[in-house]
Order: sequence, then structure tokens, then C-alpha cells
Amino acid sequence: MIRQLAGRVGQAIVATFGVLTIVFFIMRLSGDPTLLLVPEGATAQQIAELRHALGFDRPLLVQYVAYLADLARLDLGESLVQRAGVAGIVAERIPYTVALATGALLVALGIGIPAGVAMAVWRGSVLERALAGFVLTGQSLPTFWSGILLILLFGVALGWLPTSGADSLQSLVMPSIALGALTMSTFARMTRIAVLDELSRDYVTAARARGLSLRAAVLRHVLRNAAIPVVTIAALEVGNLLAGAVIVETVFAWPGIGQLAIQSIAARDFLVVQAIVLFVSTVYIGMNLLADIAYAVIDPRIRLEQ
Amino acid sequence: MSGRLSPGIIVILALLAGFVFAAAGADLLAHNDPLRQSLLMRLRPPGTSTATTSYLLGTDDLGRDLLARILYGARASLMVAILSVSVSLLVGAMLGLLAGWFRGWTAILVMRFVDTMLSIPAILLAVLTVAVLGPGFLTLVLVLGLTRWPRYTRVAYAQTLQVVTLPYIRAAEMAGCGPVRILLRHILPNIAGPLMVVATSEFGLMILFEAGLSFLGLGVQPPYPSWGSIMAAGRQYVQRAWWLTVFPGAALFVLVLCVNLFGDWLRDRVDPQSRSR
Amino acid sequence: MTAPALHVDNLSLAIGDTVVVDGIGFSVAQGEVMAIVGESGCGKSITAQAIMRLLPPAIRHVGGTIHLGDDDITAIPERAMQAIRGRRMSMIFQEPQAALDPLATIGAQIAEALRQPLSRTRPAVQKMLEEVGISDPGRRIDQRPFELSGGMCQRVLIAAALISRPTILIADEPTTALDVTIQAQILDLLRRLAIERQTAVVLITHDMGVVADIADRVAVMYAGRIAESGPTEAIFAAPRHPYTALLLASIPRLSDIPKSQLATIEGRVPTPAEYGAGCRFANRCPRADARCTSETPKLRPIGPARLTACHHAEAMA
Repeated sequence: MIRQLAGRVGQAIVATFGVLTIVFFIMRLSGDPTLLLVPEGATAQQIAELRHALGFDRPLLVQYVAYLADLARLDLGESLVQRAGVAGIVAERIPYTVALATGALLVALGIGIPAGVAMAVWRGSVLERALAGFVLTGQSLPTFWSGILLILLFGVALGWLPTSGADSLQSLVMPSIALGALTMSTFARMTRIAVLDELSRDYVTAARARGLSLRAAVLRHVLRNAAIPVVTIAALEVGNLLAGAVIVETVFAWPGIGQLAIQSIAARDFLVVQAIVLFVSTVYIGMNLLADIAYAVIDPRIRLEQ
Repeated sequence: MSGRLSPGIIVILALLAGFVFAAAGADLLAHNDPLRQSLLMRLRPPGTSTATTSYLLGTDDLGRDLLARILYGARASLMVAILSVSVSLLVGAMLGLLAGWFRGWTAILVMRFVDTMLSIPAILLAVLTVAVLGPGFLTLVLVLGLTRWPRYTRVAYAQTLQVVTLPYIRAAEMAGCGPVRILLRHILPNIAGPLMVVATSEFGLMILFEAGLSFLGLGVQPPYPSWGSIMAAGRQYVQRAWWLTVFPGAALFVLVLCVNLFGDWLRDRVDPQSRSR
Repeated sequence: MTAPALHVDNLSLAIGDTVVVDGIGFSVAQGEVMAIVGESGCGKSITAQAIMRLLPPAIRHVGGTIHLGDDDITAIPERAMQAIRGRRMSMIFQEPQAALDPLATIGAQIAEALRQPLSRTRPAVQKMLEEVGISDPGRRIDQRPFELSGGMCQRVLIAAALISRPTILIADEPTTALDVTIQAQILDLLRRLAIERQTAVVLITHDMGVVADIADRVAVMYAGRIAESGPTEAIFAAPRHPYTALLLASIPRLSDIPKSQLATIEGRVPTPAEYGAGCRFANRCPRADARCTSETPKLRPIGPARLTACHHAEAMA
């Protein structure tokens, strides 16, 4: 058990290392990363000085080792645009994105899981068809469009909710719905499959043969068993929500790391962009690992197979 | 059962054909130049007509015909999706085939690379790469194509592992077929179905990614129209000109919906076991 | 003679428009073990599910009654049926491990049959575990199915089925998935508990050996109908349906008989879609003649407490 867990941690470390490497090379795809860091209108001499100061004139391998060494010390570098530490700039925005992702996750779990359970339990009913249409809609809606439609309806036409910003808890409602829609669909689909899978098992018939109603059998036995695959999805979806925040935060002017990423691209502040990609990817890998551990906690049978 | 199409799938196919037709025939269908600006005709509502022409879906903030821009936008959307899916299918399937054929270290290396790529959320990877390279049509296609191959590799690898153990592959080998011939002539056709299922679901995603990146200003560049960039411009005028966001968004939504429905239908055909799901 | 504990009359079940169980009937008295024996696909398992009213959605009850004491359970609402299941009527299954929720403790699952949480019923559950022969019940009660062997899981299911002292126990192939030595233990246990608690047992099986071990009476099913029924000893001594005779000939009586020398029944069972007029066994029957393929043999009395559905029954005596 401990050994297998160590194996999983090892895999996560390898993946993190891989992500760092990929990002390192992407940053150098244009040939000269210095150009990504200078404000527009810098002179050739300024650029050359900067290139030397940042070590971009050294051999690639040396740069790579230096990059890893910096990251190992959690040193994300200094933003030349904002003249401040990148880590601080990003950290300031993280709570907003976490709040948004939490809101979206609540929307997704709160609607997606009951919808999935209902689709499985009332299979073949009108309700299932209606929910299937709802789920398919959520899956096909571009977040920037649904975001704008929400603004049009609740912000402009009805005036119920603020159209942008992060002044109050109400500001969080629309972005959470827009961001959560796709994840909601994923949860509903996965939950439906998991519940159908469990419903077909003998232990459900056996529980009913002991006198449990279908409802009681679902609540007492099916849901817990079906939760195992759904938990894994939930962990992975957190990563997707953080990534999806890039667009939703732009639509709603929500001051999280997604908006920061787009603003930093416009401002040619690429160390910030790099830090955000690394942060989200690390969270993603971490959530993956967490899902594996959660698996073992919920399901005593699982011994974290290879 | 097989061979007959349900009314639902016929509607979906007809709609998809309509999008392809709109994209291909944009030159003929649009009676206004999508790039011609007219400051006099800014933000006119749908149904506006003048002495010389009419604007069925209204005009944008620079007085350009929205209908024409949406038709040409369909072209951008489908072109990017077709090309980038082709690139990722080609790269992904090749890597998966090779990993499944050679197994051993090749497979370990390739599959670890796949795991790593999948650890970076796709949209962020694309945003970062496009931003580094500078936006443009070709960049967009290459970036989407070269970041979205791992899912094909996973499927191709798993399927190849299954297929290579089948007796007829051994028979072909003993008959003196070279590995390239076996891979392309005997294994590839056998794994094509599952790959097409992945390709369809990726196609829908690519359309969304193109629109999303264009919305963020990292995709198709102005003045050329893309549904995403039309909506990005329209967002500022959402209170005065709802049509700028509603129409291109609706086109995008219906197209993606059709692709997803088609994908579900295709999956049921290729993998009948999933039908009950 | 008192009313039977369970009386099934003219029961018919269908998948879509295809009738798969065709007007079968039997009764079981208290404390009696009644076996329904037949090959897979003959309809014996869905008969068991119909008695519990736990048919899969695709299968419909199209006719006949099922009386539990004086109540016709085909005519009562689902809520009333829930009150019956587990209390007056219980069931055990072919795959004991699959029939237990892998995540719940066995104690909690047994307690469900008592409609009370384990915290209140612990002593009773523990005593029941002891009764079904599980050693160290105080520890086992909090274990989960994967920590127990298949045989122990079946004992757990028997405990859950019998803890409320039901009048009927349906046992659907209860030993098929178990090792031979465990099979005998489980059958002994069922037999003993049925007598002690005066429970009527409906035993569904494909194995004539199991029937010989514990059944008082037996109904042989073939292709959705009852071929023959009666006391086990009488039927084993002198079958009055050619299908029963062939089934009996296929039991390995001595372990040293090679498998190839066992009688096997030639031909195959017709599928429900192929059911036509006449005797459904005719295509495999050594005695079949023209009458057998045209006229359906009715189930009719032949000898004390015996019924058969064969035109040639008299000739077999």
C-alpha cells in the first residue's frame, strides 16, 4: 500500500518535471525569450543588456538547469513590467480564482450529480430525456457565449445581478454558472454511467429482496459505490475549472489568475503567464494524486493498483 | 438496424452539411463584403436595409455586415478545426501505433509524454504557445494540432496492443509483410473506428478552442472574421447591440451541438456496448 | 392439510410479446424444500424473481397469481410488497459476493432485513451469524464482503434472509458458484434451518445432484413449462417424462466415470421465439412421435402427488 502510494507520488513528480520542461521549451519557441519580457518600444541595446542579465545568452542546458534551480527554490522571477515579484503578483489573484472555481464546482456538483442519478434511476422516462437535453446543452455551450447571454438576461434586461467585477458575493453567481456548465455536464454523464453500472449489480436486487425500497437501496448502497468513479472525475475537473477561468474571468472582468494571464500577455509580461501555467498544471497533477488517495480511502478494496 | 438512419441523425447531418455549405459558399451567399466598413451604418439592428443593400442580421461596430461576417466566420471555424484535427490525428495515431508496435521503452517514453501533456490543461497550453509565437491562422492550427494529440495516442496505443495479438497479424508477418505495411495496411484500418470517435469529439473541442482563443484575441486576427472575435467586439456593445453576440454564439452553439450529437451517434455505432450507456 | 405457504398458479411471464414462462404452477408447504430444476434459459430464475416481484424491467408479468398465505402478491401495491420482502419472503443468490454491497459491513446489511440500524440489533445479528456457522461473529460482523470467502458470504446472505423468520426462502442457485465441499455445507445449513424454522424453501437449480441432496419435492422445467413434478424420491426412482429421465442419466454418480460416458441430451433447447405447437421437448426426445409435435401435452396427474406433461408417460412406467 505504502509502496504503491510512493509509486503514485513518483509518477506525479515525473509529470510535474515534464510540465516544467515543456513550458521551458515553449517559452523559447520564438527563438529569443528576452523579447517576451521587454515592454514594447525597448531599444536594441536595452534588449541585449536584459538578455545578458537574465542569462538568455547562455547555452540552453545551462539555462534549463538554472530555471529548474530557481523553481526548486520557488523563485518564479521578477516581472519587468510591474517591477515586482511574479509569485506575489499571481498569489494576490489566486483567492479570486479559487472562489470562482469553488462556485462553479458547487454549481456543477449541485446540479450534475442529482441530474445524473435521476437519469439513471428514471431511465427511459420523459425526465431522463429532458435532462439529457439539458446536459447536452451544457456540454455544447461556449462559456463566453453563455456568459454574455447571462449578462444580457440577468444583468442588463432584469438587472438582478452585477454584470462584472468582484464586489460582492452576487458578482460570483453568473461567472460560476457560466464556468460550471461544462463540468456539470461531465458530472451528470459520469454519474449516470456509474449509477447505471451499480444499479445492474446483484447487491441492489439483494438489498431490495431484504425489503429496501429502490429509493433506500439507491441512497444506502448505490450512491456510495457510484461515488468512487465520480470522485476521480471531480478531482480532474478542478484543473479544468482553473483553466476555463481564463475565458470566464475575461468575460466577467473577474480579477483572478485567468484575467491576469490574458492581461499579462497583452502587457508582454510572460513570466507571469509562465507562472500561471505552472501553477494550474501543478494543481492539476496534485488533484490527480489526491483522487488516487481518495479512491483508496473510499474503497477499502482498492490497493492502488499499478 | 444497420444502414438505416434515424430521423434525428438525418437532421444533424443536414445541419452539419448546412454549415459546410455556408463556409464553402460564403463568397456566393454573402452579398456584402465582410470587411467593408461603413461608419454611417454602425451597429444597425437586424433587418436594416438601405437603397443599395440590406443587412439581414444587422451590422457591427464598424458598420460591417454581420451575416457576411458570420458566413466567413464559419469558414475560419471549420478550416481551423479540420486542419488541427488532421494534424493531431496524424501525430497522435502515429505515436500510438509505434508505441503499440515496439512496446518496451518506446511505449514507456511515449505514454509518459502523453501523461505529461495531459497534465497541462489544453486551453492554457494553447494560450501560452500562441502568445509566445504570436497569433495567426497557421500558428493556431499548429498549436491546436500539436497540443491535442495525446488522446489519439492513448486510443491508438491501447487498440494496437489488442490488434497485434490477433492471428491474422502473425499470418501477415509470416507471409513476409514488412512492419510498415502491416501497421498501415492491417492495423490502422482496424483501429480507425475508435480513432474517428475521438476525432469527432476533438472536432467539437477544436471549434470551441478556436472561438475561445479568437475571443481572447489570440486566434484569427482582425479584420478577418471569426465567431469568437465578432463576439469579443460585440461584448462591449452588449447593451446596445445584442445581435453581435447572440447570432455568432448561436451559430457556434448549434454547430458544436451537432458535432457532439454526431459523435455520440458514431460512438454507438463503433462501440455498440456503449449504446446502453 | 393446511394452506400452502406459497402457491403459484398459472404464472406467465413475457419479454415484449414473447411468452417465456408459460402458465406454470406449484405450491410449497411450510418446512418443505421444493426444487425447480432445469437448464439455463428454461425460465426458472425469472420465476424466482417474479415471486419476489423483482423482475428486470424488460420482463412483464402477463398472467397468473402468486399466493403467499392468503395474499395474492401480484395484486398488491409496491409499498405493501416492500413490507413483505425480507420479512415474509427472502431470497439468496448465485454469486454471494456480488449480492453484497462491497462497501458496507456485513452486519449493517443483515440489519437491513430487520429495518433497524445495526447499533440496535447487534446482538440479534451476531446470534444469527453464529447460527449460520460463522466463527468469531463478533469480529466478522464489522467486516466487509471482500474480507470473507464465497462460502462465508453465502452464509451471510442466508443470515440476512432468515433473520426476520420469513415463511418463504427463495434460493436461486445458491451453491453453483461455490466449491464442492462448501456446497454440501451450505445445503446442509439450508436444510437444517428450513426444518428448524419451518421455512418453505424454493430452490432454483440446474443440478439434479443438489435436488437429490435436499429437496422434498421437485418440479422439472423445460422451455418455460413444467415437464414433471412430484416427490423427489418417486421421481428419481421412476421418472415419468423423458426429459427428467435424461437429466437423471446425466448426473455423475461415481467420480471415476469419465465425462464422455455421461449421457448428454442431443440437440438444443428451442429459444422462446421458436416455441410452437406441440411438446417443446419433441425435437430432442427419443420417444417423440407425430402427436408430440402437434398436440401440446397437458400437465396431468400420474400417480400419488405426481404430475407430468408427456403423452408417453404411461409407457415409461
